[in-house]
Amino acid sequence: MQFMLLFSRQGKLRLQKWYVPLSDKEKKKITRELVQTVLARKPKMCSFLEWRDLKIVYKRYASLYFCCAIEDQDNELITLEIIHRYVELLDKYFGSVCELDIIFNFEKAYFILDEFLLGGEVQETSKKNVLKAIEQADLLQEEAKTPRSVLEEIGLT
Amino acid sequence: MSDVVERTLGVLPALLGQHEPGAGPGGAGGPHRLSASSRLGSLIRNITALTSKHEEEKLIQQEITSLKAMVSAPTTSLRLMKECMVRLIYCEMLGYESSFGYIHAIKLAQQGNLLEKRVGYLAVSLFLHENHELLLLLVNTVVKDLQSTNLVEVSMALTIVSQIFPREMIPAVLPLIEDKLQHSKEIIRRKAVQALYKFYLIAPNQVQHIHDKFRKALCDRDVGVMAASLHIYLEMIKENSSGYKDLTESFVIILKQVVGGKLPIDFNYHSVPAPWLQIQLLRILGLLGKDDPRTSELMYDVLEESLRRAEINHNITYAILFECVQTIYTIYPKSELLEKAAKCIGKFVLSPQINLKYLGLKALTCVIQQDPNLALEHQMTIIECLDHPDPIIKRETLEILYRITNGHNVVVIVQKMLDYLKETKEEYAIITLAGKIAELAEKYAPNNEWFIQTMNAVFSVGGDVLYPDIPNNFLRLLAEGFDDGKEDKQLRTYAVRSYLALLEEENVFYPQKFLQVMSWVLGEYSSLATDVDPETILTRLHNLLKKTFVTSETKAWIMAAVTKIASRASFSKTVDKLIQEFSSSLDTCMRQHTFELKHLCEDKVLMKGLLPFDASCNDMVVDASLSFLDEFVAEGLGQGAAPYKPHHQRQEEKLSQEKALNFEPYGLSFASSVSSSGIAGRQSPTGLSFGSDTSGNSTEMGHKETNTLKLEGVRKLWGKEGYLPKKESKVGKEDEPQTVSCSSLLARRVAETPVSKSDQVSSLSEEEKEKQQLASTLFVGLGSNANVSLMGKVDLSTQKFKRKSKVDKAQSNEEALNMQNSAASDFGPLVDTVPITKEDCDGDKHTTLRKPSLCSSDTVGETLQSVKKPGLDDKLSDSRLSPLSLFADSNIEILQPSPSSQCENANKTVLLPSLAEELEELPHSEVAELCQSDALALYLCKVWKDDSLLLVVFVSNKNPSALNAVNVVFEKEQHFQILESPACQFPVIEAQSVGHCQKCVRMDKLCTQGVISGFVNYQSEMETHLEFSIPLSLLDFIRPMKMTTEDFGKLWLSLSNDVKQNIKMPSSQDSISAALSVLHQKLKLHIVDIIGNEGILACQLLPSVPCLLHCRTHSGMLALWFRSPCSALPDGLLYQCQKVMEES
Repeated sequence: MQFMLLFSRQGKLRLQKWYVPLSDKEKKKITRELVQTVLARKPKMCSFLEWRDLKIVYKRYASLYFCCAIEDQDNELITLEIIHRYVELLDKYFGSVCELDIIFNFEKAYFILDEFLLGGEVQETSKKNVLKAIEQADLLQEEAKTPRSVLEEIGLT
Repeated sequence: MSDVVERTLGVLPALLGQHEPGAGPGGAGGPHRLSASSRLGSLIRNITALTSKHEEEKLIQQEITSLKAMVSAPTTSLRLMKECMVRLIYCEMLGYESSFGYIHAIKLAQQGNLLEKRVGYLAVSLFLHENHELLLLLVNTVVKDLQSTNLVEVSMALTIVSQIFPREMIPAVLPLIEDKLQHSKEIIRRKAVQALYKFYLIAPNQVQHIHDKFRKALCDRDVGVMAASLHIYLEMIKENSSGYKDLTESFVIILKQVVGGKLPIDFNYHSVPAPWLQIQLLRILGLLGKDDPRTSELMYDVLEESLRRAEINHNITYAILFECVQTIYTIYPKSELLEKAAKCIGKFVLSPQINLKYLGLKALTCVIQQDPNLALEHQMTIIECLDHPDPIIKRETLEILYRITNGHNVVVIVQKMLDYLKETKEEYAIITLAGKIAELAEKYAPNNEWFIQTMNAVFSVGGDVLYPDIPNNFLRLLAEGFDDGKEDKQLRTYAVRSYLALLEEENVFYPQKFLQVMSWVLGEYSSLATDVDPETILTRLHNLLKKTFVTSETKAWIMAAVTKIASRASFSKTVDKLIQEFSSSLDTCMRQHTFELKHLCEDKVLMKGLLPFDASCNDMVVDASLSFLDEFVAEGLGQGAAPYKPHHQRQEEKLSQEKALNFEPYGLSFASSVSSSGIAGRQSPTGLSFGSDTSGNSTEMGHKETNTLKLEGVRKLWGKEGYLPKKESKVGKEDEPQTVSCSSLLARRVAETPVSKSDQVSSLSEEEKEKQQLASTLFVGLGSNANVSLMGKVDLSTQKFKRKSKVDKAQSNEEALNMQNSAASDFGPLVDTVPITKEDCDGDKHTTLRKPSLCSSDTVGETLQSVKKPGLDDKLSDSRLSPLSLFADSNIEILQPSPSSQCENANKTVLLPSLAEELEELPHSEVAELCQSDALALYLCKVWKDDSLLLVVFVSNKNPSALNAVNVVFEKEQHFQILESPACQFPVIEAQSVGHCQKCVRMDKLCTQGVISGFVNYQSEMETHLEFSIPLSLLDFIRPMKMTTEDFGKLWLSLSNDVKQNIKMPSSQDSISAALSVLHQKLKLHIVDIIGNEGILACQLLPSVPCLLHCRTHSGMLALWFRSPCSALPDGLLYQCQKVMEES
């Protein structure tokens, strides 16, 4: 996989993960072009797109579009299922996920994505294992939290 | 103090938010549970509330300013920094520059506690890409975390490494990651494998030595770890499938277990067992079984089972099915499986689900070449999809049609493609589709009118985004013509008329490329339309020149056309007017062209001679030595002028004085192969320039100026005696992929004979009828008894516009010129040294190379003769007697056994071929068998010539009767390029004799190992097809490079790509000289110098990429330091060095 984008029906980017090195300018250009193209497609149309020399696989969940770029020889259907599995993971983690969860907790969404896809490849296909890894990290974090004073909090110490 | 207060206020919301500890797993529903009241939350909310982009920008700028102040304040706590990072990530996602925070993200990852570290790492992975320089600062943190006892820290470090890591720092973490492969936790092992996969992708040679560890990972008891290792195997097998055949059985067993549901239930996805794993395995099996019957045999069973098991109606099963079908069609075919796979494709194609339909079409596209009947079966679906509202479906359908195009259905298919082309606005789609249309039109055009009209549509729609070779090929086709003179004339005349009609229309914008094509054709061939007054044509062109949308490049083309037409008219008012108008043009180029035209018009005789009619393909001789300027130069020198120094020499001197950065390779000319193209010039068939552009001392080779002077497209018309009439060379591109057949070309007119289906049609509705009709026109010519002509298959005889064997001719001409140049600079030994006599070449009938060389020898003779050089003439005319001498100087050497050895061979049952004498002396491999059938055997010998790798393929006929129409075809491979045509044809190979063909191969993309595959087919009782593959290694393309220590030093400083590595010296070679001699012998590295415990070596990757190596020994280690302009080359060589040192 080359990259993954999440954007809203209004075209606002919600999440972006790039697995190929690109300059910021290129990233912006690609995002702009793709968001436009995908939003312009009608609901009954095919979930796959040929775009430049890449294949775009996208799927809409409520108001959110999930969009992956793969190479031509990759399997489109399984990519569609990768998206679905990611949504399942988010759903399980947040408990019936909605767009707002992802907007306000995007870093969590990134953590989950990193446990599921790594360097553009599926890392762990077992839902249980992914969530276990995330929970473990979350849990350890909670323990690591030490009480701090208000002053320290605002940077006065 | 005020800013402290402000900051305090700024942080307050965040503090208030602390009471709500963010989202946790399984938190209560609703957005209120989120840390929405944090600073980030309010930022997000504020932004969502905004209506205009401008307001958003303002708000974010404010935010960024405050963030900037906060992250750089030394008092900011890490905890606060974490918050800042999250906000920065958000700003960056909205598209705002936040690079000031990158360094702080790294700091956070380094210093923070787990909570902060995690965000720090995340920010790094989102902000930086793997080539970012700041990434180096992360290495220490990663190393530290990898050694941590905390599982989460290790896991985070491995996660970041698997995403981005600086290539050159891999050795720093590699041992740590290798250790992790034995870790007790499977998640750590899995991530370690994933990290190694990343390393394999960015620097395969760095992990070459741990292949056995990959195997261990493949056998890991945890499914996740095993699955992760498959990523690596897929890549390695893609690179070199033959090295992993032994693993086939393991993969098959794993797949069997997965399919049989032996995995833990956790890995099920919608009750399908581990679909990702299945697909990965299927893909690997496909690669392994390709062209390999024995390996394919092993996987038939499991593939069948996969097909059978995938029966639930869910996307995921279709994903597996699709992969299965692809694998079945990739591996060595088995008819039962193919049948099942075809049925499966049918399921996809007929599915009402649009995604599945698309994949069905995609599968059809892939397999249609193997099985054209499948297209017939689904023809009605294909027709329906042609009018599908979704352009993606349409496009894929056109792709299918493109692959089943033949002479019968080309008109309908191209029309459909043009329709799509006119609708689409996407540039990439236009480029590819226009290219395909042009290809089909050229191949299958039923008549001239259609061809020109189609190309007109391509040019006007495709416009200026087209690949430049489309207009170039089109013009060349017109210029070179076919064997039938009458046909040529018709085509050209038709083109002229159609362009005149197009230009007649007012206010129509044509793309520049199209205008250029038009003006060239009008300039060359307008006189063929005898009923058109040249004056009208000139008026049209004149009008064009006045248009503002015409670029100055196009104007030059138009002026060239005007000049050509003017040369044929006795007097023209328009030309006079034009001269008057543009003599004062502000565009200098236009003004120059106008002046040239003006002066030429004053001397009509000269003009006529200069611009002969239809001479664009005639051969041209360039006096590259510019000897006619000798006198002038001598005079100049006599008057005290400084002798001429070529550009590079001047540059060098300047640089050596200035000590600036030097990008020149210090006088070592690596690119000697440039010479021929520089002189003979790849000509675009237009563009005029009068007088020679090159000026130089006659002892200098003309080509040295090619760096500075653009010779492309310039006609050279002046020699010593002044103007040399009628000489222009038309040099075919060497990389021309077209195969050239020597058989006679019959431009076959293909009559449209749609299959009659009237009896079936009668009962159908009108619409249905239409579709049926379309189907019958589209799919005519497909199927078993029809004359199937598929793309990619060799089927040249039906091609209408087939080029003459110009390519070969042009090439040998080029060589002729090449030789002539060297003759001019260095008379003498060239002709004499050629040992081959004329009898030699007459005696052989098999060598296909012979034909073009023989027929071109006449041309060459003429060419040589026309250089009136007393004294040289005698010597050069010798070369006419032995045409083969042309090749003595070039890469192509003719190899043939002497007639006597052939007679001997005829008596033996097995024909073991041997190399010809002149090749025998060169370093070469053993003659090895490639493949064989009952009738013939194919042998290969690699000849490592100084300047190229020559593959000599022997086709030995074992039959007691002659073999007809033997074709050896090499397939295109991304890493290698076969020079000249990729095919070799033997009209006949006599009984018990051997035919040869040889091909020069170049490495286009660097790889350590690769394969060129190909096939041979021949006609005995029936047509037979035999496949073979030739393994090539990087070493085949490495040659020693002789140079002095001084040159080495200079070159060393100018190269930038470094690779250093220490390798252990084998105990047998403890001295530096012994070690180096191993490298010299095994890797063909040239030892430049050895001083003390240091040595320097040099080699080059053909054609001319140098690689320098510096070695030093210390305490049993050999420190290797490579430098080369090509970044991948040192890695490749390093690997080879390691290998030979281990072996020795």
